[in-house]
Amino acid sequence: MNVIEASGLGKRYGSSWALRECTLAIPGGHLVALVGPNGAGKTTLLNLVVSLTTPTAGTVTVLGGARPGSLAALDGIAFVAQNAPLHKHLSVADMLHLTRNLNRRFDQGYARARLGELDIPLARKTGKLSGGQQAQLALTLALARRPRLLVLDEPMASLDPLARHNFLAAVMTAMADDGVSVVLSSHILLELERVADYLILLTSGSVQVAGAAGDLLASHRVLTGPAAEADRYAARLNVVHTRRGQAQAHLLIRTNGSASPVPSGWEAHPVSLEELVLAYLREPGAASLPGPGRTGHAEPTEVAH
Amino acid sequence: MEIDKEISGPAGGGRPSPPGAGDGPASPIEFRLDPASGVPTYLQLVQQVEHALRLGYLKPGDQLPRVRDVVASLAINPNTVLKAYRELETKGLTAGRPGQGTFIEATLSQIALPQLAGLRRSLLGWLAAADAAGLDEDGIAALFTSVLRDFRERGGGPGNRRGVASGQGEGVA
Repeated sequence: MNVIEASGLGKRYGSSWALRECTLAIPGGHLVALVGPNGAGKTTLLNLVVSLTTPTAGTVTVLGGARPGSLAALDGIAFVAQNAPLHKHLSVADMLHLTRNLNRRFDQGYARARLGELDIPLARKTGKLSGGQQAQLALTLALARRPRLLVLDEPMASLDPLARHNFLAAVMTAMADDGVSVVLSSHILLELERVADYLILLTSGSVQVAGAAGDLLASHRVLTGPAAEADRYAARLNVVHTRRGQAQAHLLIRTNGSASPVPSGWEAHPVSLEELVLAYLREPGAASLPGPGRTGHAEPTEVAH
Repeated sequence: MEIDKEISGPAGGGRPSPPGAGDGPASPIEFRLDPASGVPTYLQLVQQVEHALRLGYLKPGDQLPRVRDVVASLAINPNTVLKAYRELETKGLTAGRPGQGTFIEATLSQIALPQLAGLRRSLLGWLAAADAAGLDEDGIAALFTSVLRDFRERGGGPGNRRGVASGQGEGVA
């Protein structure tokens, strides 16, 4: 089942497109990292998925074909917007009460048990909690709805390293326990490298890279060799980005799965997810999308981490 | 997502467990990650199990850390842990027991722990002698590698004994 499917999806605010020509199929069971620079359209895409806004062009469906905003979508998706949206003047207990009454399904026992384990006092005003506790409370309220898809928009932007680790651990544990699929947006890639097994790179409102992390890492290489020969090979190979010194050059290439021979005098190295994303960010014209030739891999399950 | 048989959790509403907390029988080992190693995370987990088997920290019948506990303590994707455990199973080192977890089936350690400690002591003695003679770490490593190669070429090598020693009988006592 695809948790999100978009076709030619676009959103225009006034005269500028926040998102355009977005075509995606995200299989379930993954933690999807939605990355890209600020203003790339990450929040717009997520808002379309959770029906906080409507498309200007194209279509989007969730959880295997449901329309965003439909009952199936509302029940099956939990969303945590940026900066852990809580009513700061309400107590934790009041937030629990409120959330339970606003949703058709809410596991009160789970929520209370989890808050107890986190030592978050029910009587405290949410505004008085630490940043990490606020993020954990927002996550708890979302998970207690027992969603099939958890959507998190920049959830860790204001957290210290320990709070980030604990937050990610909580998300990963929910994934292990319930098999919930997760889409998490961030402009900090490094911390997602260990947790994400599917990557979407958005730049200037368009999808530049999409795919299972394992597939992406397996289909890219860095070739290092004499700078003088770089141009000759660049013409033959699918080069995403070139870094070149006086004598030596590094070509980040896309191999398209085939074990392409390494030219003699050159060395091939595997790439990291961060290196790969940076290369694409520096080359807005390059793209790595599941093309027509890869339809057989529509639901990749391999992971590289 | 295919969730490991051991994670019996949600049916009984047995969730949640606090981050990092482990209940039930603890595994003899804990995983750690080295982000600077450049080795993919799943492979680090595989290598740490193999390492623990070689050094006798793990023996047949021992349980590996449960997937959800690894996930909770390291904050890594459960698919990553499942991939590592699948690989260990493919290598014949472990087996999954439905509803219980993943257990060690074979051993990589060739001798018993006390014997290992003795060898370790004599190696330390040799290292002290090498250090006193003025060899630095690179020099020691180069010498060791070279002598090991000579030893192997003379036919006394470990090559023919290397590999998975199956069965409970060969476990560390």
